[in-house]
Amino acid sequence: MNRILKPFFRIAIPGISGLSAFSIVAVVVFLVALIGVNGLPGITREFLTQAPTNGMTGGGIFPAIIGTFLLVLLMSIVGVPIGTITAIFLSEYVAKDSWIVRVIRFAVNTLAGIPSIVFGLFGLGFFVQFVGTGMDNTIGGGTVRWGQPNILWASLTMAVLTLPVVIVAVEEAIRTVPRELRDASLALGATRWETIVRVVLPGCSTGILTGTILAISRGAGEVAPILFTGAAYFLPHLPQSLSDQFMNLGYHVYIMATQSPDVDATRGIQYSTTLVLLAMTFAFNFCAIIFRYQIRKNRIT
Amino acid sequence: MNLQTVDTTPMHPAVNTSPSENFADIRKKQFRPAEFIIEQGIRFTAFFSLAFILLIFVFVFREASSIFSPEKNVAPLVKEEVQTYTGDNEVQSYGDENITVLSSPDNEAALKPSDTQKLSIRNIFDKVWQPTSVFAKFGIWPLFAGSLKVAFLSLLISAPVAIFAAIYTSSFASKHIKEIVKPVVEILAGFPSVVIGFIALIVFASVLQSIFGLQYRLNAFTGSVAMAIAIIPVIFTLSEDALNSVPRSYIDASLALGSERWETAILVVLPAAVPGIFAAILLGIGRAIGETMIVLMATGNAAFASFNPFEPVRTMSATIGAEMAEVVFGDFHYSVLFFIGIILFAISFLINLTAETVVRNLVMRQFK
Repeated sequence: MNRILKPFFRIAIPGISGLSAFSIVAVVVFLVALIGVNGLPGITREFLTQAPTNGMTGGGIFPAIIGTFLLVLLMSIVGVPIGTITAIFLSEYVAKDSWIVRVIRFAVNTLAGIPSIVFGLFGLGFFVQFVGTGMDNTIGGGTVRWGQPNILWASLTMAVLTLPVVIVAVEEAIRTVPRELRDASLALGATRWETIVRVVLPGCSTGILTGTILAISRGAGEVAPILFTGAAYFLPHLPQSLSDQFMNLGYHVYIMATQSPDVDATRGIQYSTTLVLLAMTFAFNFCAIIFRYQIRKNRIT
Repeated sequence: MNLQTVDTTPMHPAVNTSPSENFADIRKKQFRPAEFIIEQGIRFTAFFSLAFILLIFVFVFREASSIFSPEKNVAPLVKEEVQTYTGDNEVQSYGDENITVLSSPDNEAALKPSDTQKLSIRNIFDKVWQPTSVFAKFGIWPLFAGSLKVAFLSLLISAPVAIFAAIYTSSFASKHIKEIVKPVVEILAGFPSVVIGFIALIVFASVLQSIFGLQYRLNAFTGSVAMAIAIIPVIFTLSEDALNSVPRSYIDASLALGSERWETAILVVLPAAVPGIFAAILLGIGRAIGETMIVLMATGNAAFASFNPFEPVRTMSATIGAEMAEVVFGDFHYSVLFFIGIILFAISFLINLTAETVVRNLVMRQFK
């Protein structure tokens, strides 16, 4: 190569690539600092424990926090068992290259790639319109109770959305349980199910926890799937039953920033809500990262 | 497939195999009802993911299907929103870039409430998206173009940064720096998109407008910058995996032949990782096309197709997000929004399929 270009590239290539890496770090630091600095002053005990007041221009975000909490709770109750069982099936019951594994794995990958707004449409078309209206017509006697957006349908939609997250995390953890332990258990006369319950699952409980946390972190941050499956702008009371609508932190950020009666006056509330949301997802992600680090360390030793 | 054939457990029910016992008692496999039921339950549950894919397709399609049957779609021509066209624009009431994409209400006086407009699948090939105007137009072309524009622009910004950063962490960075960069990217990946959209709406839009002297505060470029931040983790993580999966022997051979580190990184490792990086870019595009909250908040949401990156755009996903809440159930408009959902579904499906095929066929074959 050219004699002039070579020294240039020697500096330029590591320089440009280092600059790119640095710029990513800088953007993250900037975003966190921006939200932290603007949001922190608004975080008071009242902000976290009160409902919005004065037509959404004052008060706190308590209902949104509770709504988000209920959403991820219901989502985990439904999604985590299904995801865990799927992961167990994929790694314990069928051979690695069988067509079943390939088909299910492809389905999981596809599910992970579907845009979140399409999940919202699915939730509306399937849960609300089909299941909900069906329930109203059969058991509700025609009164509209389930055939409208509510927290149950939003949670189920979110459970489907986060299913791949759980499956991938649990599978990775199951792989760390040594083959010899299973063989030993089976050789001692335990059945396959007994082996799974007594040997495999205890060995990967951290993995299931990681999957749950990752799913929760994803579910707490996603807004598109709940736009029309259950999130509400403002509710005077907390959700009382599964057929109630709910408030949500992410949705609150969106709605306050775009449709609030006075966008500039509520800037502080917007930043503070964003900070709470971000802190929540960070806390979850941080736990997941630590757990995953421990799982990987266990595998090596 | 038969379960027994894939049973890799050695000597499974190791019962009654001592030679002193009756040979008739030796059974190959003992039948246990509880075990069988559990196994079938697990098998059944495992197919949920597959079932959901099918359900998603079926039910999104079901809601969209009425656009294929023209006789049902007879819309009254006179709607309440006609005069003001506020219905939709309220969503983006913040900012001054509301370009009212409204046909002049010219023939309005001539319309009687009984006049109707026949709508069919042909209407979605219009050039204009005006779902709430007098003569409602449902051309999804501007939305499609908008999605492509944002995806392309954000890729243009994010791909070089993400790929160079991946080259840096895989080839140049010390272990210490790696341990900073990778968790930071993981943190970025965990950012809810609504947060990025919020910052884009509040901060980026003003900053970019004053830097470039833009006419519209919210535009395709602002949205693309925000989108780039959202897809950098996707491209970075997958590119880095691809770069790291290049065999050590390639690098050693290159260095042993006297090439420098940058030569090894750019001329040996990078070409070997191209299929993986290609897949990473594809998945980045997929994410950019499907992402909703960022474009909904930061692109201005005016539905017209142009090549100017500084004009507002309305993407397919943002259209669904903004209009679904206000649409009449069972309406033609409602069905068209679901049809857009099918397009998004199909695009993401194709992209995943391609990425997976590329990775399987090129990457796996190359290193084995």
